This record gives sequence, C-alpha cells and structure tokens, in this order.
Amino acid sequence: MQDSSKEETAVLEAGGLTKTVASPEGPLTILADVSLSVRAGETLAIVGASGAGKSTLLALLAGLDTPSSGRVAIAGTDLGALDEDGRAAVRGRYVGFVFQSFRLIPALTALENVMLPLELAGRSDARAAAAAALESVGLGARLAHYPRQLSGGEQQRVAIARAFVTRPRLLFADEPTGNLDTATGQRIADLLFGLNRDAGSTLILVTHDRELAARCARTVVIDAGRVGS
Amino acid sequence: MRVAVFALRNLWRDLKSGDSAVLLAALVVAVASLTAVGFFTSRIAAGVRRQASAVLAADLRLDSPDPLSPRYFAEARAEGMRVCEEVSFATALFRGERSQLAAIVAVQPGYPLRGRVRVSATPYGPARTVESIPAPGDAWLDPRAVLQLGLRPGDPLQIGAATLRFTRVLDYRPDQGSGFVNLAPTVLINAHDLPATALIQPGSRATYAALFAGDAVAVAKFRRWLVANKRPGETLREIDDTSRQLQSATSRANRFLNLASLATVLLGAVAVAMGARRYAARHLDTVALMKCMGASQAFVLAVAIVELLALALAAIPIGALFGYLAQAGIVWLLRGVLREALPPASLAPVAVAAATVVAMLAGAALPPLLRLRRTPPLRVLRGEAAPPPIGLWLAYLLAAAALFATLWLMVRDPALVLDVSAGAIGVGLALSVAGLALVRLAGRLRASVGVAWRYGLANVARRGASSVVQVVAFGLGLMVLLLLAVVRNDLLSDWRSGLDAKAPNNYLINIRPEDIAALRSYLRAQGIEPQPMYPMIRARMTAIDSRPVGTLHFASARGRAFAEREQNLTWSAGLMPDNTLVAGRWWSPTDAAKPLVSISTEYRDALHLRIGDRISFDVAGENLTVTVASVRKVRWDSFRPNFFLVFPPRLLDGAAGTYMTALHLDQRGRAALVGLVRRFPSVSVFDVEAILAQIRAIMDRASLAIQYVFLFTLAAGVVVLLAAVQATRDERRYESAILRTLGASRQVVFKGVAAEFTALGLIAGTLGAGGASLIGWLLARRLFSLSYGFDPLVWLAGTIGGAVLVGASGMLAARRAVVTPPVEALRDD
Repeated sequence: MQDSSKEETAVLEAGGLTKTVASPEGPLTILADVSLSVRAGETLAIVGASGAGKSTLLALLAGLDTPSSGRVAIAGTDLGALDEDGRAAVRGRYVGFVFQSFRLIPALTALENVMLPLELAGRSDARAAAAAALESVGLGARLAHYPRQLSGGEQQRVAIARAFVTRPRLLFADEPTGNLDTATGQRIADLLFGLNRDAGSTLILVTHDRELAARCARTVVIDAGRVGS
Repeated sequence: MRVAVFALRNLWRDLKSGDSAVLLAALVVAVASLTAVGFFTSRIAAGVRRQASAVLAADLRLDSPDPLSPRYFAEARAEGMRVCEEVSFATALFRGERSQLAAIVAVQPGYPLRGRVRVSATPYGPARTVESIPAPGDAWLDPRAVLQLGLRPGDPLQIGAATLRFTRVLDYRPDQGSGFVNLAPTVLINAHDLPATALIQPGSRATYAALFAGDAVAVAKFRRWLVANKRPGETLREIDDTSRQLQSATSRANRFLNLASLATVLLGAVAVAMGARRYAARHLDTVALMKCMGASQAFVLAVAIVELLALALAAIPIGALFGYLAQAGIVWLLRGVLREALPPASLAPVAVAAATVVAMLAGAALPPLLRLRRTPPLRVLRGEAAPPPIGLWLAYLLAAAALFATLWLMVRDPALVLDVSAGAIGVGLALSVAGLALVRLAGRLRASVGVAWRYGLANVARRGASSVVQVVAFGLGLMVLLLLAVVRNDLLSDWRSGLDAKAPNNYLINIRPEDIAALRSYLRAQGIEPQPMYPMIRARMTAIDSRPVGTLHFASARGRAFAEREQNLTWSAGLMPDNTLVAGRWWSPTDAAKPLVSISTEYRDALHLRIGDRISFDVAGENLTVTVASVRKVRWDSFRPNFFLVFPPRLLDGAAGTYMTALHLDQRGRAALVGLVRRFPSVSVFDVEAILAQIRAIMDRASLAIQYVFLFTLAAGVVVLLAAVQATRDERRYESAILRTLGASRQVVFKGVAAEFTALGLIAGTLGAGGASLIGWLLARRLFSLSYGFDPLVWLAGTIGGAVLVGASGMLAARRAVVTPPVEALRDD
C-alpha cells in the first residue's frame, strides 16, 4: 500500500519495507511491504497492538536494523547503500531518540548523559548546551544527579533533553510515556510536543496509546505487520 | 585527539561513578602482586647469589698463568667495582730440618671481596672470622702444614728467600674450592712479602687471579668488556662454575621463585580477564547508545582501547607502590631471620608487571572489545540484542601468545614455562568441559532440590557461558595456588631430608688401601662412625670414539675441563644412593670387569655423549677404552661422595688407586683430625663445612622466601577470586531485587547465591587440585629432581577450599546486591 502524502520536502521515505526473521517454525514475516513518506515538520504516530511490528518499523526507519527488502532514505540519503558506520553517521547528523525505558547511562550524571551526543559530534560547547537543554526541561537543579537518583518522569525528561540537544531534524520516540503514570505521561507528552514545535523537527512516535497518537497530525496503523487504515 | 579526549572524559566519569573500579582494582591487584613477588624474589635471588659468590671470593674472577694487565683493574675501578689481585704457586716450606710442599696464596688488602676468611689458634680448633689479611711478615697456615711442621704461633718459617712468622691457623678461605684439586696445604701471605721470597721469576709457574666485585649492573657490564678484551689463556670464572652443590641448591631455589612469579602472572591474568569481561558487559548498552547517536565502530573501539590503556597506566604506579610496600613489609617482618641485609630491589619487576598487565589487557579485553564494537544499535530498542558471535579464536590465540611471551620474558626458563603453560591449557580445557557439564547437570538437578538450591542451580544453568568462564577462572586460580603448595612442600621436605645436620662436612682422601683397616679402627677409637670407603683412581681422557682429545672442539669451558683435566674414577657394584639412572642400564654381576662406564648428566651434556659412545682414558700409563652404558643424575647437594665417572667392579683392579671417605665431624671430632693427620701422613683432609654452611644459609633463605612468597601469592589469589566474583555483581542485583519483590527473604536469596558459588567452587577446586597434582608431578620429576609425594591434602584443600573460598567470596560480593532495597536495583536496570 502506498502513502498518499509524498512530497518534495520529505525528510523520511520508506518503500516496500519487509522484515523476515528465522523462527523455529520457519521464516516469520514481521513486517510486509510497508511504505511511507514523512514531510519535514510533520508529526506522525505509528500505532498498533503489542507485537504488531511497530518497534520493528521504527528500528528500520531509524536505520537501527536493516530490512530484508525495501528501502529507507533519511534526508535524501539511502540507508541501504550505507554500512553500519555510514548509517551511524546519518543518525548522528539528523536523528534523535526517546525510548520507553529512557536508556540513560547509569554511570553518567544527568548533565553528562545530555552532553554525550554533543561530545560524540565533537561540539566544544557541550557543557553549556547540555545545561541549557536540561534547564529547558525543568531539570536545571538536577544536573549532577545520577539516573538512579531521579524519578521515572525526571529520567524521561533527561532523555528528551538529550534527544533535542543536537537539534535533530528527525525525532523518533518509542512509547515515550509507556513506563510512566498517566499524569507524568501527560506532562512528558506536553514537553515532547512543545519542544518539537519549537525546534521545528519531525516527530515519529510509536505508541499503543490512541490518545497520545491523536496529538499527532497523522496516524499510521500497523496490524500484523501491514499498514492498515 | 578527539577520541582521546572523549575516552579520558568517559573514563573519568566511569571511575567517578565506580563503574570501572572493578577493572582498576583487578589491574592494581595484578600489578601489586606481580611487583611484590618480583621485588622480593629479585632481592632474595640477589642475596642467594651474593651468598654463592662467597665461594669464589668475588663476583668475577680472571685466572691467568701470566701476570695480569693493569688495564683490567683500571677498567673495573672505573665501573665502581672493588678489585684485588691474588698470586698462587706451589713451593716447599721449611722449618729447620722439616719441610712440606705447600700452595702459597699471596693476597692484597681487601681480600676476599666476597665471603670471609676464618682462622683458629690451634689446628682444627674453634674458628672465628677475620676482616683482615696477614700483616706483612705474617703467614697463616693450613692445619695440616702446621701439624706436619710442628709449628707454634710465632715460629719462623722459610718460604723461598724470605723468613715469615707463623701467626694463625688458616681454617677456611672462600676460594679454597671443593674439588680436591689443590691437594697441597695452603699458606696465606700478604702480597707485600712476595718479592722477598724471590720465588716469582720469569718462567716460574704461578697462577695470577684478578678478583672483581660490585653491583649486578656493573658486574654484568664489566663482564661483557672482560670477555671481549681478555687474552687467550686467561680464564673467566663466575659463580655459576664454582661449586656443583651450591649451583644445584641455588638453581632449585631460583626455579621455585620463578614458579611463584609464573603463578602470580597467571593469577593476574585471571583477574584482568574477568575485569575486562565485566567492563565489556557493562559497556554494551553504552556502546549501543553511542552508535545510535552516530558513533562509528572504529570510534567505539578506539575509545575503549584508550580507556583501557589509561586504566593500565593509572594502575601500574599505584600497584607498583603497593607491591613495593608489601615486599618491604615482608622483608621488615623477616629482618630477624635474614642474617644479612638483602640487596636493594631492582626496578625490573615494574617493567615486567607493566608488560604483563598491558599484554593481559590486550589479550583478555581485545576479544570482548572486538565484539563490543559490533554491538547492534538495535539493542537500544531490544535489550537482549547481543553482538554477533565472531570468530574470536585468533584473538584468544593472541591472548594466549601474549601471556606466553610475558612468562617467557620474565622467567627465561623454557622447560618451566612450557610445562606450566601446557598444564594450564590442559586444565583450562578440562575446566571448560566440566563447566559445560555442570551447566547441563544444573538444569536437570534443579527440579529435585529446595528453593535456594533451585535458584542457585538455575542461575548456573541460565548464565551458561558466564558460569563456564567462572569455573575456568576459579579453577585456574585455585590450580596455581595448589601447584605452588605442592612444589613448595616437596622442595622443603626434600631439602630437610637432603641436607640434614649430619651431612658430611669433611672428606678424607688419598687413603692408601693398606691403611683402610687402621683408619677405620682409629676413627672408631675416637668415637667417629666410619663411613663407606670409595676407590679413587686418577685418569686423564685421551679420546672420544677414537678421536684424540686434542683434535676435539668443545662448545663449553666445562667440556674442555672434563676432557683436559685429570678425573677421579671410581668403581661400584651398585648404584650410589644419591644417583638416579636416566638412560641406559646399570650393570649386573656378570658385567664385572667389562669395559663399561656410567657417566653423570653433567658429563653427558658437556661432552655431548650418548649411550654406546666409546671413551678412552690414560690410567697410570695404561690405555683403557670403555663404552658408555648408562647416564646418572646425581644429587650433588647431598654432600656424600659422588663421581662423574663410575666403572664396574674389577675393571680397574690393576690400577694403583687410593680411597676416599666422607665424615660428619663436630668440634670434638675435628680435634681427632690432629692425631689422624699425624698418624696417616698421606691422608688429606678437606673441610667443606664452610660450603655446607653457605648452602644451608641459601636454603634457609630460600625456604623462608618460598614460604612468604607462597603466602603472598595466596593472599593475591584470594583477592583475585574476590575480584572475579565482583565482576558478576551487576547480574545479581536485578535478580535479587526481583526475587525479593516476589517475597523471598534475604536469607533465601543468600542461600541461592551460596549454592551457586559453592557448586562452581566445588568443581573448580576439584579440577584445580587435579591439575596441580599433575603439573606438580611433572615439575618435580622434570625440573626440580624431587621425588613427588602424592598428597591427598591437595585434593581436600582444592575441593573443600574451593567450595568454601568461592562460596564465601561469592556471598561477600553479592552481599551488597542482596541488601540493596529492591526498588533501587529495579530502577537502575
């Protein structure tokens, strides 16, 4: 099935994405012939039940995994033509991530966690930029705290600061509120959408939460590995 | 540059949060134990060497038939060494009508450079050490000469044109030798009196010796210079070619210390490998995240390498400092027991430790790092996504090669390194197989045991690969400790039995066959138990396999000496007590009078002889050609009479020979020598008490060192095991949190941990004991010439010790994980 909203300014394009894995019962197709195109600045929700293939799609779109067939292009660069280091370079340049389980490095403080992508990019103002990013998510007083000293909501704020600090053109969020209570989830979602709007980046959100999905301009439903309506 | 900055910053953060602390601790422990053992053994070895050099009166000695060039002395002084010249020659002494052939030894002030001269007031009376040499005009005489000439202190003595005064009885001088070569009694005089004797004229036969002593570095440097610059005919003598007995004792002591060093390297390797493994495991998530954020594989790998190198660089000085303090502590504790101050420690062990640690890090960390590099970024979404297993055989092979090279560089004892490495590899493989079996078995057993054991065994089974690694690590660690214990016990008991207080300290030689009966009864009358008499026939080698000695080329000075010097032959029907047959067969009664010979291993090695080779001798003018029938390994350090060459009975019947015997004499027994020398003037008495005492001192010192090095290695081993257990702490935190959340008491969780580690320790300890027994047996037979005593205690210590040690350290390490409130552990994950 083809997505109808393909345009010149597409920051992400995927065509015919299929992922098949080996299983004890023979090859198992997790994702079949998925195509979509996302415009710059757009917000897209990928929804579906558990095991529908949402996370697999996200991994393929972000170049974290390779499809069995089909192609993905980020900012016009075909990921299929790149090796792992090449895909990493594309991610470093254009992509930010927010994960369900936060994925903060336990050995680093909040500030150091946010500094990490800037340091990897060789930015000399990493400390100031990271401090500002934490300030913007309301954690200006928690810079020196380690993840274990922060609540779940606070950890996800750090993760969001880390995702936005490089000003990515494309932000992938995998169940960003999945590990949080309703009220905290609400606040995190507000923060995520607010920052996305301010930064003008493109947000691709994977969730099974219809309410959260409704905050996106467009929704793609994945059902049994295929794009539904 | 960017890599380095990023890596160092990352490392600092890791250290600050305690994340790399386990690896740093493992590295520090490894360096500390390596340097402590290295410093201590190098000091002990230098002390032993110094002790041994007393027998040469110097560290280096150059003998020459001609006066020595002053250049040698100038060069040695320039190196900061002490020097001294010694001239010796044979002449007759006169006292009135009486005369006696004697060896005059003229020495300069400063003699001896190593060891001490001992004198007594009366022949064979109580002796004391002196720091000086005879004053000009004085002569110190061997007790035999004093008795033969009937001298009293102050009596004049004619030596050549000079008249000197007999003042003291010369009881012992360090370089008097133990080879019965200088049969004439010695007269020690001051070199100042030499011209007055007018005995040294152009063409007169004398031996000129230059004595040199200094610190090890200067000696080694000067030695090289001397080898390059000495003239033909001048012979360099070193500690190594002095007494066979001393050599045997020191080489075994050194070997044990080397073994201890090998053990510490292997323990260090285990610690570093476990630490590196944990480092890699801890960094999987970080690497996945970094790659998610755009880091390349090369960058990830470079960062990890820089981090590890920086860790090693930090660990080396810290560890070396701990190591130095530890050995200084040992030496301080032993200050009362070590009779003399030990030479200072050299810095070499630090270099060895640094090389070991870097090699171990490269070897142990490279495989996990190479794997780390390939961590899929997908891991950020799916935590279980692990890097693909890659062909790491090459990396592990490199690690093994690095370890082997380190051992080799450190010990330079190929046989020892090969035996220990082969044993360690074999035991490692056996441990891996046993580990796998345990993992399988644990899976099956858990249905039939209580909840704690089920949890523990389930852990063993679930952490399959990790459990196998732990079994191997614990097993190897326990094995080297047990191995050290096995060899130490064998060596110490062998020394105690070999050189008992009753070891012979006096040799009587030149006993005429017709005097044997009278001598025996004289000894009995003096309350001395006569010992076996051995025939002794002088002979010179003339040819090997019909090729005359003059046409043969000898690779070693020792070979030439064997071929050219006069040899003492003996015959015996049975194999002597301190001899073991290593090749060929001993003769039967029917072989009597057949032209056969049994040679010692030294003789075989120096002359490259094989069973069946034919050697010709000139025995009192008669030619005797014999076939090599057997090779014997001789325990020279027993001090009982032993011979390089032994013939079958009746073959030497025609040769005019004498007999020899060896006695243990106490002070009262020595007094009996006065009458013995008067009554049997042909008999020469050689007192080897001094060398015996020297060897006892070496053995005491080495035994002590062995005990303490062992204890220290044991302590290091326990720390290493703790560090290894510590490396599994993370996995435990989460599980114990889950279990406790589900309602398990701390006690149940603790019991589970105990069950897991006890099972691991039990199997590791049992196999470690097996490996230690096997390698111990191999080393005892092949390298230490020991009789291996099977020791069930080793198995007991391995099995129970392994279970208790590993179980206890497991619980100790898991303690924090278990007492942490579950919520914290769960939040962390």
